[in-house]
Amino acid sequence: MRTRKLTAGLTLAFVLGLLILDQAQSGPVNRFQQPAAIAWGSNESAGGAHCAALPQ
Amino acid sequence: MSHASATGAAAAPATSLLTRTGLLAGALVLVLAVAMLVGLRFGLLLAIGLGFGLVLEGYRFGFAGPWRRLIREGDPTGTVAQLVSIAVVALVAFPLLASSGGELIGAHAPVGFAMIGGAFVFGACMQVVMGCGSGTLVNSGSGNPVSLLALPFFALGSFFGADHLLWWTGFGTLPTVVFEGTLGLLITLAALASVAAVLMWRAAPEQRSIPRRYWIAALLLAGLAVLNLVVAGQPWGVVYGLGLWAAKGATVLGADLSGSSFWGTPGNMERLGDSLLTDVTSLTNLGIIGGAFLVAAWRGGFSQGLPKLPARAWVATVIAGFLLGYSSRLAFGCNVGAFFSGISTGSLHGWAWFVAAFGGAFYGVKLRPWLGLEARS
Repeated sequence: MRTRKLTAGLTLAFVLGLLILDQAQSGPVNRFQQPAAIAWGSNESAGGAHCAALPQ
Repeated sequence: MSHASATGAAAAPATSLLTRTGLLAGALVLVLAVAMLVGLRFGLLLAIGLGFGLVLEGYRFGFAGPWRRLIREGDPTGTVAQLVSIAVVALVAFPLLASSGGELIGAHAPVGFAMIGGAFVFGACMQVVMGCGSGTLVNSGSGNPVSLLALPFFALGSFFGADHLLWWTGFGTLPTVVFEGTLGLLITLAALASVAAVLMWRAAPEQRSIPRRYWIAALLLAGLAVLNLVVAGQPWGVVYGLGLWAAKGATVLGADLSGSSFWGTPGNMERLGDSLLTDVTSLTNLGIIGGAFLVAAWRGGFSQGLPKLPARAWVATVIAGFLLGYSSRLAFGCNVGAFFSGISTGSLHGWAWFVAAFGGAFYGVKLRPWLGLEARS
């Protein structure tokens, strides 16, 4: 009988495929231009990439 | 998270100490790698996402299941635990938002026709596949085949729903209403307490005791949601990240999204070009999948057999998965972004979402057996 080992493996493959696709599609990460570790108290405005936000 | 996974996990053989140590070490290495190679904030967000997954799967706590038990059995305990969790977040989030000066934002969105309709459809579909926004991720991580099939279509739906969002909001949308400050917090807490009180009052006496694991899960979830807000600058969300995954896929396939009213905006174009490992909701989404995977592997839950479902159940899963994504974009969020984060940061649309989605859930519960996803009673 097939078990969840199969589907769990497919989930891992999905995530891995997504990250590989992302690597191929996106630009390199700039380690020297990163936001503060914690947004609260950073004096930086929030990004707004949230499902409640209208397109800006 | 699902009943099926709970029973299967109980019968599963225990995993070895070596396997468990490897699982923990693997999670730690992933978080450290993201923190060092991408940025500290992003490592923290992945850790928070893992925490969400651990809590939701570990305590078998969620959103779709408790609503189903409330509708079918009159058991309000899981839903009341959700309200408790939202109230705890609100207690911290309201003062934080009031004093943050724009560093932190709430999940604030307008109420409108499409928003209400979207929430209704989402509520129905989350009962069909027994997985909401977070639940689909958790269940995929624990090897649930229905959620695993629904997940890519959820992402596709979110992509198209976002693309069409402005067309839908054109049907009529009120100005965004936000409860703020001490009065706003008191209104929110009073409303949450009122709903919880009504649910408890209507329940049978033996169904009024909230299990200990729900209390723990609700408090841990609230703590993680507050951490999400403080670290990311925005509340916990799910759907934006899923849509971004599909948008990236469309870009790889050659689609030009610069003309899209949603994906073509400067902020979204920038995110399309950036790594997913710098996107807040993508990181927490991946963490949720990873956390649930870790718990399932820890418990030996992967030895559970796969269900034999009729073809119409799989077709229904694909359609419901797509509609989950599409409708949640019109509704300005799913159970996480709109219901949990919307209400806990004072947005009226969170309350409208709750009412509409709960209405949809009544029909979703009835639809599920007809679609072959469970035995007809």
